[in-house]
Amino acid sequence: MVTKIFTKEEWVRALKGAKDDYRIYLPVKHKDFHAFELLSDETAPDFEFQNTRLSPKSLIFPQSERMFEYSLDEKDGEAHIVKETPKDFYPQAVVGIRPCDAHALQLVNVNFDNPQYKDPWWVKRLESTILVGLGCNEPCSTCFCTSVGGGPFSERGLDVILHDLEDVFLVKPITQKGETFINKLGQGRMADDTLSDKAEAKARSSLEKVTSSIPTGKLRDKVVTELFEAPFWEEVAFACINCGTCTYLCPTCWCFDIQDEVLGKEGDRIRNWDSCMSPLFTLEGSGHNPRSEKCQRVRQRFMHKLKYYVDKYEDGVQCSGCGRCVRYCPVNIDIRHVAKLMNDFAQ
Amino acid sequence: MPEYETKIREIAKGLLEDGKADVIIGYKKGSIPMVNEPVLIRDPNNVENLIWDSHCALNLCNYLTGRKERIGIIANGCNSRNIVTHIVENQIKREQLYIIGIPCTGMIDHRAVKRAVNDREILAVEESEGRFTVRGKDFEKTFEKKDFLQTNCAVCLHPNPVVYDEMVGENVKIPEGINPFKDVEEIERMSAREKWSFFADLVSPCIRCYACRNACPLCYCPTCFVDESDPQWVGKSIDPTDTMTFHFLRAYHCAGRCTDCGACERACPVGIPVRHFTKKLNKDALDLFSWEAGLSLDQRPPLDVYRVDDYNDFVE
Ligand code: SF4
Ligand code: SF4
Ligand code: SF4
Ligand code: SF4
Ligand code: SF4
Repeated sequence: MVTKIFTKEEWVRALKGAKDDYRIYLPVKHKDFHAFELLSDETAPDFEFQNTRLSPKSLIFPQSERMFEYSLDEKDGEAHIVKETPKDFYPQAVVGIRPCDAHALQLVNVNFDNPQYKDPWWVKRLESTILVGLGCNEPCSTCFCTSVGGGPFSERGLDVILHDLEDVFLVKPITQKGETFINKLGQGRMADDTLSDKAEAKARSSLEKVTSSIPTGKLRDKVVTELFEAPFWEEVAFACINCGTCTYLCPTCWCFDIQDEVLGKEGDRIRNWDSCMSPLFTLEGSGHNPRSEKCQRVRQRFMHKLKYYVDKYEDGVQCSGCGRCVRYCPVNIDIRHVAKLMNDFAQ
Repeated sequence: MPEYETKIREIAKGLLEDGKADVIIGYKKGSIPMVNEPVLIRDPNNVENLIWDSHCALNLCNYLTGRKERIGIIANGCNSRNIVTHIVENQIKREQLYIIGIPCTGMIDHRAVKRAVNDREILAVEESEGRFTVRGKDFEKTFEKKDFLQTNCAVCLHPNPVVYDEMVGENVKIPEGINPFKDVEEIERMSAREKWSFFADLVSPCIRCYACRNACPLCYCPTCFVDESDPQWVGKSIDPTDTMTFHFLRAYHCAGRCTDCGACERACPVGIPVRHFTKKLNKDALDLFSWEAGLSLDQRPPLDVYRVDDYNDFVE
């Protein structure tokens, strides 16, 4: 596969030229933070960011999605028949996704696309998405990707990776899908050895700039029930306000809720992101709630990410180390601290 | 604030050792700059964890609801007013509490600080004597705290606790000549259409995580109206109408109760200034009922009393 060089202006111009063939999403700064936005002629993308506030997960797994629709009009021959709402799987490219967020999609994929279950919309949307990653020259102090199977230039889950070399991007395709995308863009020139070496050296040095980590090595060997009953949960959970910020911002959280909404005689069946931090998450029809206490909910989040997932999928932890929950939890509940408590726990 | 900290720890230790309190609720230093963690302390040997600085912005009253033990709690002006509201609304008993009063000089708006260093990552913050210094990988900047107060703190007229058992320092001076409702008045002057688009823009980034609600000590209902499923009052998707309904209704539920503590705004992961809703109702409560929330244990809030001599003419 051919690695190319684009000046930053060329790169944006080339993307703009391809926007009829692909829906292209790019990081754009809004007030205080960056978000992925659909590229139009006016878009001014900004690649000088640490990470977007919300992960790009919603581009594949929208926060609210209409699944089915139905008519309640008795005169309608098809009343009460639930029909799939037509979905849009137009090819899209997420340009500038950070390696941790691409890795995160792989972790979510384990849940939505496995031999037992396939979520058709997730599968098709992921298939129609090209992930063009942007390696991290300056990881944040709260990033810990390297200790959970990723890294600032990890190619896991990506179709293309960009190395930011000040005036130019080195654009390296990783998959066939990625190469096709880059060829479609035209433009760019072949990367020479000097620039490729420079990119590699930079990527190596940024690896050392990831200073944060979580210990995970002993999680697999813990006995679930012992960890479940560990004495530290009460203290970990005290400050939590069960706000859901951690799960909504997390690129690896996959939980959703299904709701029917009816207007007049037309009904929609919608799925919305849900969060195990909410008491409603486990409220049963009978009124019983197996996780009625905050402490149980906080424990669920950490147990799911750092124990149940570990045991069930044998694929590490359900966390890509993006650090969002550390940075934005309003009361500073820090997964790095909790992972240590869990990993070090001895009965 | 080292003087306050020493005093807080001393009082907390005494309370736990003498058995006057079973637990202390305060703040401990966070693992990242400008965010502290509310903490519950049972062991007198752990009082060293208690701190007080300009980042103690989540409202501790939130942690009182329904607790049964005797609690020592630290409280500045707004937190003490929420405690009063909690007592008046029967969420906690005055006798259960030992209130360690903190004269407050305001909280630092961490978002404004980040803006001022062009979003570069801040790795450490230190403060002393009304100024603070932030450090990052290749920068260091010192600012005046008064220029970086949270927007609610910048217009706070009740910085000193209204109820306490012991103070950690002298009352701070109450600022003069401040109009706390300047921003509300600006919105009041808009046309109906302008108001609508102002608020639609304001909440457009909302992800319905409810951090604002959950950070608020007033929102202690066992089941919030947005979580009610039978009947379901509000849709749960991010349809703008439902999001707006959530914000309007929550604000009305806080009418005459909100102390403008700013915890809601502080907690919002996408930085929505949700106080724009509650502040208008604070102003209405003041204009219509001469009422400010949480100032007295002896007065019922305006929306839960009936008075024959009510001066409003809608009472017949
Ligand atoms: S972000 Fe923090 S306070 Fe909010 S639910 Fe998660 S852990 Fe709890
Ligand atoms: S758990 Fe936290 S650090 Fe891990 S992926 Fe989720 S938001 Fe990122
Ligand atoms: S159970 Fe909780 S932690 Fe696990 S994916 Fe669902 S929301 Fe995330
Ligand atoms: S609405 Fe906001 S400002 Fe008012 S009391 Fe609640 S958290 Fe504090
Ligand atoms: S905290 Fe912010 S994003 Fe969350 S519900 Fe409140 S306003 Fe919306």
